[in-house]
Amino acid sequence: MKIEYYIFLSIALFCIGIVGVLTRRNAIIVFMCVELMLNAANLLLVAFSKMHHLAQKASNPTAGTDGQLFVFFIMVVAAAEVSVGLAIIVMMYRNVHSVDINFLNRLKH
Amino acid sequence: MNISEILFYFLSAMALGSAIMVVVSKNAVHSVLWLIITFFAISGHYILMNAQFLGIVNLIVYAGAIMVLFLFVIMLMNLNADTEPKKNRWLKMAGIVAGGCLLLVLVAALKNAEIRGQQAQFNEGNIGLIQNLGEVLFTEYVVPFEISSILFLSAMVGAVVIGKRGD
Repeated sequence: MKIEYYIFLSIALFCIGIVGVLTRRNAIIVFMCVELMLNAANLLLVAFSKMHHLAQKASNPTAGTDGQLFVFFIMVVAAAEVSVGLAIIVMMYRNVHSVDINFLNRLKH
Repeated sequence: MNISEILFYFLSAMALGSAIMVVVSKNAVHSVLWLIITFFAISGHYILMNAQFLGIVNLIVYAGAIMVLFLFVIMLMNLNADTEPKKNRWLKMAGIVAGGCLLLVLVAALKNAEIRGQQAQFNEGNIGLIQNLGEVLFTEYVVPFEISSILFLSAMVGAVVIGKRGD
C-alpha cells in the first residue's frame, strides 16, 4: 500500500482529534481526543517503519524494528499519562462538581 | 484490487467515521464506545501491516485497559446524562475552521513529499513479530524498558496520591 495513503489517514485522524479538543467542553472527551491524536501518530510510525524495512531489508534484515519499539514505548507512556490524567479529572470533579473545562480558569485565582 | 486493499479502505473508513462520531456524539459513554471502535480499526491496520505484536498490545492496552478506565470514571461521575453545557456557536465554528485549516496545510505540504510513491510493506515481513521485537527490546532497549517500569511506579503513586480523598 502506498505510504501517502497512511500519511493522509493519519493527518485526518489527527485533525479530527484537534477539532474535538477545540470544540468540546467536557474534560473527559477532550482527553479522549488527545488519545486519538496519539494513536494517529502511532499509526504513522508503524507505517514508516514498514516502509523503511521494505527499502532497507537487503542490507539490514531487521531495519524498522526501532520504529515499532518506539510505538510500544509511546503506548507505555500513554497508559501512565491516562492514569494520572483521569485522577486529576476526578479530583477536579470532586472540587467543583463539574468536568467543564471552563471551570479550570479559576485556577488563576 | 485484492482483498487486503479492500480491507485497508474498509478499516480507514471505519476509523475516520468512528473518530468523527467520537467528536460529535453528545453522550460521553457513546463517545467512549466509538473510540473503542476506532482503536479496533487501528489495530486492524497494524495487523494488516503484519505488526502483530503492536496490534494485540493496542487492543489489550487501549481498547481493554484505558477505555475501561474512561468508562469507569464517566460512570463514577454519573455523566451519562446529557449534562454538557452548550459552547458558544461561534467558538465551535472557529474550532472546526482551525482544524480544517490544519488539515489543508498538512495535506498541501505533504502531498508532493519526497517519499511519494514508496510502498509500506503490506501483509508480509517479520519485523513486527514478537520474536524479533522481543530480542531487540531485551538487548538494545533494555535500559528504557526498565526506566518505563519506574515511570509506571511513579504514575501509580501519583494517581493514588491525587485521587485520595483530601484531608
